Amino acid sequence: MVKATGAALLALSEAAEAAYQWNLPTPVTRVAGEIYNLHLVMMGIILVIFIGVFGVMFYSIYAHRKSVGHKAENFHENIVVEIIWAIIPFLILIGVAWPATKSILNLKDTASSDITVKATGYQWKWGYDYLKGEGEGISFLSNLSTPQDQITGGAPKGEHYLLEVDNPMVVPVGKKVRVLLTANDVIHAWMVPAFGVKQDAIPGFVRDTWFRAEKEGIYRGQCAELCGKDHGFMPIVVEVVSAAKYAAWVAEQKMKTAAAADDPNKKWNLADLKARGEKVYAANCVACHQANGQGVKGSFPALDGSQLVNGPRGRQMEIVLNGKRGTAMAPFGKQLSDTDVAAVITFTRNNWGNKTGEVIQPSEIRSARK
Amino acid sequence: MSAVIDSGHAHDEHRPDGGIMRWVTTTNHKDIGTLYLWFSFTMLLVGGMLALAIRAELFQPGLQFWHPEFFNQLTTMHGLIMVFGAIMPAFVGFANWQVPLMIGAPDMAFARLNNWSFWMLPVAATLLVGSFFVPGGATAAGWTIYAPLSTQMGPGMDLAIFALHIMGASSIMGSINIITTILNMRAPGMTLLRMPLFVWTWLITAYLLIAVMPVLAGAITMLLTDRHFGTSFFNAAGGGDPVMFQHIFWFFGHPEVYIMILPGFGIISQVIPAFSRKPLFGYSSMVYATASIAVLSFIVWAHHMFTVGMPTAGILFFMYATVLIAVPTGVKVFNWLTTMWRGSMSFETPMLFAVGFIFVFTMGGFTGLILAIMPIDIQLQDTYYVVAHFHYVLVAGSLFSLFAGFYFWVPKWTGRMYDEKLGKWHFWLSMIFFNVTFFPMHFLGLAGMPRRIPDYALQFAGFNEIASIGAFGFGLSQILFLWIALKVTVLGQGEKAGQRPWEGADTLEWTHLPSPAPYHSFDEQPVLG
Repeated sequence: MVKATGAALLALSEAAEAAYQWNLPTPVTRVAGEIYNLHLVMMGIILVIFIGVFGVMFYSIYAHRKSVGHKAENFHENIVVEIIWAIIPFLILIGVAWPATKSILNLKDTASSDITVKATGYQWKWGYDYLKGEGEGISFLSNLSTPQDQITGGAPKGEHYLLEVDNPMVVPVGKKVRVLLTANDVIHAWMVPAFGVKQDAIPGFVRDTWFRAEKEGIYRGQCAELCGKDHGFMPIVVEVVSAAKYAAWVAEQKMKTAAAADDPNKKWNLADLKARGEKVYAANCVACHQANGQGVKGSFPALDGSQLVNGPRGRQMEIVLNGKRGTAMAPFGKQLSDTDVAAVITFTRNNWGNKTGEVIQPSEIRSARK
Repeated sequence: MSAVIDSGHAHDEHRPDGGIMRWVTTTNHKDIGTLYLWFSFTMLLVGGMLALAIRAELFQPGLQFWHPEFFNQLTTMHGLIMVFGAIMPAFVGFANWQVPLMIGAPDMAFARLNNWSFWMLPVAATLLVGSFFVPGGATAAGWTIYAPLSTQMGPGMDLAIFALHIMGASSIMGSINIITTILNMRAPGMTLLRMPLFVWTWLITAYLLIAVMPVLAGAITMLLTDRHFGTSFFNAAGGGDPVMFQHIFWFFGHPEVYIMILPGFGIISQVIPAFSRKPLFGYSSMVYATASIAVLSFIVWAHHMFTVGMPTAGILFFMYATVLIAVPTGVKVFNWLTTMWRGSMSFETPMLFAVGFIFVFTMGGFTGLILAIMPIDIQLQDTYYVVAHFHYVLVAGSLFSLFAGFYFWVPKWTGRMYDEKLGKWHFWLSMIFFNVTFFPMHFLGLAGMPRRIPDYALQFAGFNEIASIGAFGFGLSQILFLWIALKVTVLGQGEKAGQRPWEGADTLEWTHLPSPAPYHSFDEQPVLG
């Protein structure tokens, strides 16, 4: 009985802890550790000033009231005092600027990394390309894996609600990982609090940051720069694993890539290509154009019954490949293979009320890219 | 002849006729001040309703009320309406009422321009609020309207751009008016360094406005041409740079922050000495501190952009410049405290709001210092910590100072005392619910909750619940303020106020004018000894 109560209490306090986190997350990199300590030092200084300043203020409110008969004095100038209370804060500031500067020099030093990974922000997911070091050549997209009915309240929310993805970024423990950041459409930001990392991903530019995780585990973050509709739904998950596990992961990824490679000259039939297109649609298009193809009135156009989708195929291929300027329609040619683009176009042209009966072959996409 | 010249003639009888045309055509600084204040309070309520819609969605994890894209419209419009519709016009309203009264001038220098600068605002507000009803809804790119997200938006963005242009023009005209009035129309004997501090802070604020509103206009014009005329200022594919938008925006945006707080400092610097019955401590250092804050505000803008990936030298420069602001701001707080020290204080509602201001604004200053330290900012940038910080300085700072100013001067404006008991209730409810709303957001930010998200992970649930409860309490408390304000102004209730209801108040409006101040005041210049 006592044991059960104890366990229940423990569970309760753990739940409370989960719902009320008071401080920065436990750091797992040196940079995050430095930030954690810097914040503690700053809070200490602030607390001392707070107590000093407001101690004086509340004492004065208590003692120098008219209602207790305190008579006002008339002093209103004192150069010496003014100089002192300008200089003391100045010295304190120099005191904190020094460790902050050292920390900045450290966190900006992205040289001599073991592994380089490019992270690309898309509306609304992340793409990872392993550019250098062990795992070079691996490339995948990382989508939110929380089911829609958890978000809309149809199902109970899981433990890692909104902080879980289908394909996490995997890195080895203790290695310096340099992350190159860029974006495909608008500005995103790549943030993993446990690493002390946050870097904007800017379309058309490449910026970098780095981390060296000192502990294995799964670390979670979110996009930190407003990037449109699903800004709140593009989490970042980094799995830090041992060197052996990392090597196994790399081998597995390479095999997957080889197996998934499509024969670009294959002739597809309608049913197979449509089935594949449905998956591509669910991963890339559904956020705006919706599962029923109706879009969102005023914001995102409907595909069901759309003139474009039922019209000449060339125009639709051009928009899917190159995007539409001035709208949220991204150029998917950069993200998707010829087969995927062909599949998703075939799907939209033969689904809902659209019945063109056309099959778009990957070879057509290849020539449309030129 | 002498029978015609009646020296006892009461000029306050030169009132225009009643009705709507009085307000449309008025060139009287008091009428225009009143218009500004009612306009800004209306916008405060509109922006407040948007805030409550945000907090309702965030009460619990999951999507309950709004689609994500509408949620983004709510946060964006809440910001734009509060900054450009509520806080800025409210301070201009105070300037209109108080600057002529405090320097002994009969009116503002450019009376017709004054009318025009006000009447542009309802037009702009209509465009801005009306943008909710165009296809695609209002802009959802955040109040900072960062490119290239803002180039993706629908026609709501264009309406917002036009609204901002009009509001900017209004601000510039208002500032020209204020500067001209202050520099040319002071009573004989009132040298610059004898001006009340409220007048000083507005003089400096007006210069800031003239310097940076055109910068904002430039940024949003470039945005407009990027959207519609094929330019590529902020599009890398055409040789532009999205980060340049942020540099230009924040070159406007940081001085803008001080535009919203310096006049508040001015109000507090009038209220604290009046209720301490003791002259302001360190008058000239207050003036110099205000001026140095204004100058520094031009060289710290990139601390809003520490995560864009600046060169190390740039980061260090902006970090050092930013922490320097703590020095003049500290001087101000110390001066206020020393003014209170060994005074003979009483705590009517204006003083409560002023002391409350010092307490909560200083906390906002502390978190500002934390955010200025770049490595810590890496963790906190774009999280709820930033949301907490700027609401501490803009709500507990600017808004509380506006409340202090209202309770302080409303006897002079209406000739009646506000309901003291309700005023105190308003203060305590606002103070408590403000902190219930925004204090937990510090913890949310430290834990890593990004701002501007409609739904959040379960670990953020507890504090969000508390914040939402506080927000509704804070919102409802402002209904009480509406009632207090209606009672003393429109309904004309409350005991009659004497010429100088506050024992320690010693500026011209208290020493030379009856309450209410006559419609035309200072027909003859007062002379200062």
